[in-house]
Amino acid sequence: MIRMRARLLVLHVLVLTLLAVLTVRLWQVQVVRGQEFVTRATETRTRAVLVPAVRGQILDSRGRPLVRNKTALVVSVDRARLTRLPDGGKEVLGKLSAVLGKPVAQLQQRITPCGPGVSKPCWTGSPYQPVPLDEKVDTREALQILERQEEFPGVTAEIHSVRQYPGGRAGAQMLGYLQPVTEAELEKREGLKASFSGVDLVGRDGLEYVYDDALRGKSGLRRVQVDRMGKALGLEEQITPVPGDHLVTSIDSRVQDVVEKALAKAMKSAPAADGGAGVVLDARTGRVVAIASAPGYDPAIWAGGISTRGYQWLLSDKSGKPLVSRAINGQFAPGSTFKISSVTAMLRSGYPLNGTYGCPGSVMVGGRAFNNFRGIGLGSMNLHTALVKSCDTIFYQAAYTQYLKDGGRNPKKAPKEVFANTARAFGFGERTGVDLPGESSGRIPDRAWKKDLWNRTSAINCERSRKGYPEVKDKARADFLKRLALENCTEGFLLRPGDSANFSIGQGDVLVTPMQLARAYMALVSDGKLRSPRIGWAQVRPDGKVVKTIEVPVVGKLPLSEKERLYIKNALSQVPQDGTAAGAFAGWPMDKIRIGGKTGTAEVWGKQDTSWFASFAPTNKPQYVVVVMVSQGGMGAQTAAPAVREIYEGIYGIKQPQAVPGGRLTTRLPRFSPDGTVARG
Amino acid sequence: MAIRQPSLLRRVAGEESAVRRMDGLMLVAVAGLCVIGTLLVWSSTRTWAPGSTGLVKKHLLNEAIGVVLCGIVAMVDHRAMRAYAPLVFLVSLIGLGLVLTPLGATINGSHSWILLGGGFAVQPSEFAKVGLLLVIAMLLAQPAEGTDRPRGLDLALALIAALITMGLVMLQPDLGTAMVLAVITASGLILAGVRKRWIGALTLVAGAGVFSVFYFQLLEPYQVARFTAFVDPNVDPRGVGYNSTQSLIAIGSGQLLGKGLLGGGQTTGRFVPEQHTDFIFTVAGEEFGFLGSVTVVLLLGVVLLRGLQIARKCEDRFGTLVAGMIVCWFAFQTFINVGMTIGIMPITGLPLPFVSYGGTATFANLIAIGLLQAIKMRRQSF
Repeated sequence: MIRMRARLLVLHVLVLTLLAVLTVRLWQVQVVRGQEFVTRATETRTRAVLVPAVRGQILDSRGRPLVRNKTALVVSVDRARLTRLPDGGKEVLGKLSAVLGKPVAQLQQRITPCGPGVSKPCWTGSPYQPVPLDEKVDTREALQILERQEEFPGVTAEIHSVRQYPGGRAGAQMLGYLQPVTEAELEKREGLKASFSGVDLVGRDGLEYVYDDALRGKSGLRRVQVDRMGKALGLEEQITPVPGDHLVTSIDSRVQDVVEKALAKAMKSAPAADGGAGVVLDARTGRVVAIASAPGYDPAIWAGGISTRGYQWLLSDKSGKPLVSRAINGQFAPGSTFKISSVTAMLRSGYPLNGTYGCPGSVMVGGRAFNNFRGIGLGSMNLHTALVKSCDTIFYQAAYTQYLKDGGRNPKKAPKEVFANTARAFGFGERTGVDLPGESSGRIPDRAWKKDLWNRTSAINCERSRKGYPEVKDKARADFLKRLALENCTEGFLLRPGDSANFSIGQGDVLVTPMQLARAYMALVSDGKLRSPRIGWAQVRPDGKVVKTIEVPVVGKLPLSEKERLYIKNALSQVPQDGTAAGAFAGWPMDKIRIGGKTGTAEVWGKQDTSWFASFAPTNKPQYVVVVMVSQGGMGAQTAAPAVREIYEGIYGIKQPQAVPGGRLTTRLPRFSPDGTVARG
Repeated sequence: MAIRQPSLLRRVAGEESAVRRMDGLMLVAVAGLCVIGTLLVWSSTRTWAPGSTGLVKKHLLNEAIGVVLCGIVAMVDHRAMRAYAPLVFLVSLIGLGLVLTPLGATINGSHSWILLGGGFAVQPSEFAKVGLLLVIAMLLAQPAEGTDRPRGLDLALALIAALITMGLVMLQPDLGTAMVLAVITASGLILAGVRKRWIGALTLVAGAGVFSVFYFQLLEPYQVARFTAFVDPNVDPRGVGYNSTQSLIAIGSGQLLGKGLLGGGQTTGRFVPEQHTDFIFTVAGEEFGFLGSVTVVLLLGVVLLRGLQIARKCEDRFGTLVAGMIVCWFAFQTFINVGMTIGIMPITGLPLPFVSYGGTATFANLIAIGLLQAIKMRRQSF
């Protein structure tokens, strides 16, 4: 019995130890780490169902919708749930394909996350989000799914709002499009993760991108308590979604239509034309009234996920890359429209405003003859006539003189570069800052740019200058290219005399975007101030309250006195009547609505000329600045000017319905009723 | 006048009666555990059907039957029990054998049941614990001549009895119960004073057995998986590790004070499986918090420590052995059961004594309490 007692004592100690172990461990789990498990319990016990907020509309200046929402039944698939099924969801997809009338393979592809070796239309969003499979489901199809949920695990049919474009193709590049948010974007943008639901889309281009935060609103949340099987037990938390703000733009949808039509017609009239752009600014405010780019496309293609072929087509040369907005991305030599900058540069170089200048048929620049258009000499003239008749030689001479003053081929330490710097003051060579993404900055080919280019390319040029161009069949051409390479290799860093001459008439390496040209003309004809144009005018809450008015910032001032500015403006005011655009504006009622402007015909090596017309109206108190550019469109007076005339005809209601009542743009924001609808009248 | 017979009341409750020597503290602890168990069974099973009370009524009935059985056993002199031991053991073996016949039924993947009809079923393996315990105690209580160690023959018989019982249980298969039976056997051998080197040798043999079980893959895959999952619960969060993770979450989220009876979201959502039987401790942890779950542990501790006290105070070897083996049985089951829910023991299908739902287990546990009380009440040798 003694041995037994001793062993019982050991047992006693053992039991006490075990009890202590359990108590300590319980303390650790429940008290020390309790909070951690509370969090994990909430995660397992509840499902957060995000309720997407209705995206704000995009409206024109009179409250007409440019982009609105229509409700649609959207069928989505929760891929995570599908893959957990014993057969990986094959059966469900099969049934779904029967209901939706789409092949299984296509559905399978749509829900596969994009990645290496996975081609469109794959799923670009998070693998944990439900994938919208069909956004054009009718009620009957939706009911088939909803009423037999047990046969369609992981499949939901819900009402969502889908973007709709009442204007069709009009302004597609400006409006932009929506695409499902990607994992990378979720990671990058703070707070985005919480506010996005599975089918949430994010603005990818245009206004949808720039004003995404305002338009998107805030997703709501329904935190539902669920059991182990995912069956809902009750609602634990509900946050109602906050609908996004409407974006009122300064776009006038009717003017936009007019511009689109005029552009399309101009493209048709010039057989080689491969792209065009039209920009209409409100000359008083710097707001954008219309912005168009051709070729265009129908933004409805984005709704419901784009097909592989559709996406490839948008990116292809065949379609002319309609996604690219030529108005802000198209960079072209501006031709004579650039002379507003060059004439200012002359004034700043000390040339008198009222001086008389000779306009010979050609001038020698750096040992090479530079000709007027068709080599015709126009005799002596003042600067006014030089602009109206678009004399080139006056500008060649002035630019070459300044080039020599800067030291020519052996530049001074701090060259003045008056022509280049004046161009900068007109806003060329830098982004206008318009509220659209991906704008191009154009190019001012000054001495620094030359040097930079040489640094980047001299190695290739020097190699070519030794080895030549054996792959080029044409012997003469190969020789020419070899000589060019040698020249670029040895002195490519130098601004040559010819470069300066070409620059003065907007030829050569100088590139501008239609938007840059439009705002430069706007500054010239309004108050001499350079502005950063805006399309967005105001953010308006769905209940009609204006949250924010978007101002048009002044970003610079033209280097012109008021007198000089008006002198140039007056000269331009005569162009459509007596100057280079007289033909295009023949028969226009100049006594009633006088239009000013400047043609531009920029030579592009190996291609047709770029056709430009920059204009404003009415000349005494300009309301509109209209710029049209047609790439490979020929002469400015031939293609762009008639398109501009057609735009004015639309605006003022000449030979066609008047797009703008009284020809006058609205200056007030549209009024909203408290229910959020636009009050008409 | 005839001599007045002492009234029944006096005989049962009088100063001289055995009832007076009952271990009240242990009974209070057992009663507390039963009450808590009833509440937890209610909380965890009421969600099975809306508006129902779940298995509470059945559980109360089981407990009532258990209490009666406990009382009957307590009334019997435990030394007389020694005579019944072979019989009890034989009956439990027959029960285990019947399970393997077409009379047996499979519930929750374990073929351990005999259906009685009317929704009742018994689990002979629970009774087998009592049967084996008694027969081992009977065999080992008689020391060899002039020593206080059991005789070799008795030891061999005890081992054979244990192997037969464990073998039948493993055929079901019920690894958890087999482990309890092994612990009961081992504790009997140790307490009975079997030589250390013998015990060492047996441990080696058992170890080799366990090794070969794994080596020759004699276990069901799910049983291996449970052990692997214990080592790393995140290996397979949807599988066995899921149970372990979910029970930790349920218990941990109870924090210090718990979410209150019926207030446990994890319990209501039934995230932890078998939460009225093997995982009932998670309900205690979630709804009663640290204070409540420690109370359960402490009440079980009271039962164990009082049981040890009874074993030590008992003056005959049989009583001491029975009491000590019962304590080891409950201690093992308590530690494994609570331990698995808080992630320090592998998932093993064992109920928590007095708390888990389950008729046969409740009967067996209360019979064991009856045995302890019987030993306490008649601890003096005559």
